[in-house]
Amino acid sequence: MSKTATKAVSQKDISRFRYTLKEMNRNKVGYVMIAPFMLVFTLFTVAPVVVSMVISFTDFNLLQTPNFVFLDNYIRLFLDDDIFLIAIKNTFVFAAIVGPAGYLMSFMVAWFINELEPKIRAVVTLIFYAPSISGHVYLIWGTLFSGDSYGWVNGFLLNYNLIDEEIQFFEDADYVMPLCIVVALWMSLGTSFLSFIAGLQGVDRSLYEAGAVDGVRNRWQELWYITLPSMRPQLMFGAIMSITSSFGFGGVVDALCGNPSVDYCAWTIMHHLNDYGGARFEVGYSSAIAVVLFAIMMGANALVKKLISKVGS
Amino acid sequence: MARLRTRKHKVVLNRSVGGDAGITFLLVLLGAFMFLPMLYVIMQSLKPLDELWMFPPRFYVVNPTFRNFKDLFVLMNTSWVPFSRYIFNTVFITVLGTVGNLFFGSLAAYAFSKVMFPGRKWMFKVVRSSLMFHKTVTAVTNFIIMSALHMVDTYWALIIPAWGHTLGLYLMKQFMESNVTDAVLESARLDGASEFKTFWVIAMPMVKPAWLTLIIYSFQDLWNAGSSIYIHSEQLKSFNYAIGQITAGGIKRAGASAASQVIMMAVPILVFVITQSNIIETMGSSGMKD
Repeated sequence: MSKTATKAVSQKDISRFRYTLKEMNRNKVGYVMIAPFMLVFTLFTVAPVVVSMVISFTDFNLLQTPNFVFLDNYIRLFLDDDIFLIAIKNTFVFAAIVGPAGYLMSFMVAWFINELEPKIRAVVTLIFYAPSISGHVYLIWGTLFSGDSYGWVNGFLLNYNLIDEEIQFFEDADYVMPLCIVVALWMSLGTSFLSFIAGLQGVDRSLYEAGAVDGVRNRWQELWYITLPSMRPQLMFGAIMSITSSFGFGGVVDALCGNPSVDYCAWTIMHHLNDYGGARFEVGYSSAIAVVLFAIMMGANALVKKLISKVGS
Repeated sequence: MARLRTRKHKVVLNRSVGGDAGITFLLVLLGAFMFLPMLYVIMQSLKPLDELWMFPPRFYVVNPTFRNFKDLFVLMNTSWVPFSRYIFNTVFITVLGTVGNLFFGSLAAYAFSKVMFPGRKWMFKVVRSSLMFHKTVTAVTNFIIMSALHMVDTYWALIIPAWGHTLGLYLMKQFMESNVTDAVLESARLDGASEFKTFWVIAMPMVKPAWLTLIIYSFQDLWNAGSSIYIHSEQLKSFNYAIGQITAGGIKRAGASAASQVIMMAVPILVFVITQSNIIETMGSSGMKD
């Protein structure tokens, strides 16, 4: 009995294996076609992740032969590095505000403009999308909030006697983080925004008409029961785009507030990573930071995936 | 039964006047938040010196002048690496990087969506998951890999990685899946066309919007690439970096710096204006099913 059963299973396995081989052979041109892309992708995207993971267990510093130090880097990170803890806190505050708020704003604006005439919609789309593609134009926030009386905000407040002397917006720990968040939000209507516009345009109009007949009473019900469920794939894609960009915002902070920002008040994990990897050449330690950041990003994405699957149910 | 209103022959459903007003109000408010800083950049770039340094600062410009743009060009001519070199660098890197990304990316996108080779699903999942992390995470390790390949401080450090950018491939693959019908490809194959020929002659002309979208994304990425840790020779640096140096000149150059910002933003915005409808069409199939 058991013998025949084993035999049957293994025979099935063999035929499946053979089938796969046959399919591989029949479609081998597919491998040729993906080869150039996959080679570059593996070399500059996959390999760095894997190499970081390996190096994070060593004390590699670019000069000496690395020693295996097991979890020392991670222990030092979480128990011995106060600035890293500040960085983690800031990164979370930043991502927890900019990610969801930027995402919501992208969706809301896309939804608001969905029923406008196509030509007007194109103009409004441009106005909202422009800040995210305009390179370093965000530096204008530095001019607007400049610490001298020629900064527009300070000038305005001084002129109406609301303050007695200029506020050093980018050197005052109370203002730096909120300002960076505002600038990040200003730039947050990017790829996800475009994806939402397209998704909303793609919702089948007959669903709305059917919904109206079935007793959908206002636009909020329509949004929750019809629109959101039918554009779940776009919501998913948009979420990934928003999360990724909300974690990758360090460069803007540097340009506006200097590096390091005053009292490390806008110091994020990314700054910490660049500091140890780029400036101090403690590559092993910086790789541990990179692995932690990588895990946080992947975790955030997995969490959001779960949330979105519940939309409209 | 619900009462159906119509506007221009379309059924418009369940829209209260209060809701419309609230939405319009919010939209105008958010629009002002997005637009006014952009407008201020343009205003600053047109202000003469006395308006730039007046108190209290004025938002709008009274006597617009192109002096700041002239100053910018004068400053450009005084840099020790000729400015044309920076422009050449950016154009060279952007063109080669984009062409490679377009060709290799669409080729792979076609194979992933239309050639049924075993393993395509998990491979594509790996490619797709790279959208979930920001590339600065791997910058330090990437530097090590690039120095091992002797690519540091050459154009290739920026060009070759661009060929493997995933966003363009992802959008292209999704678009091909919903816009290129298998029946057309099948008949081409039956006529004896090779897979490469089917890809180039049949599939590619059907996905022009996705082409443009991929080009735009690649272009934006490379155009906005400022100082890079992979490049340290002054002669190899980008236009964006050089412009940034002028801005970093501080208070004396406030006017020229605003002018440089206007130039830097004009190019991507112009490109987007021309291609907007194609990008939105591509985004229609951008969704993730699982």
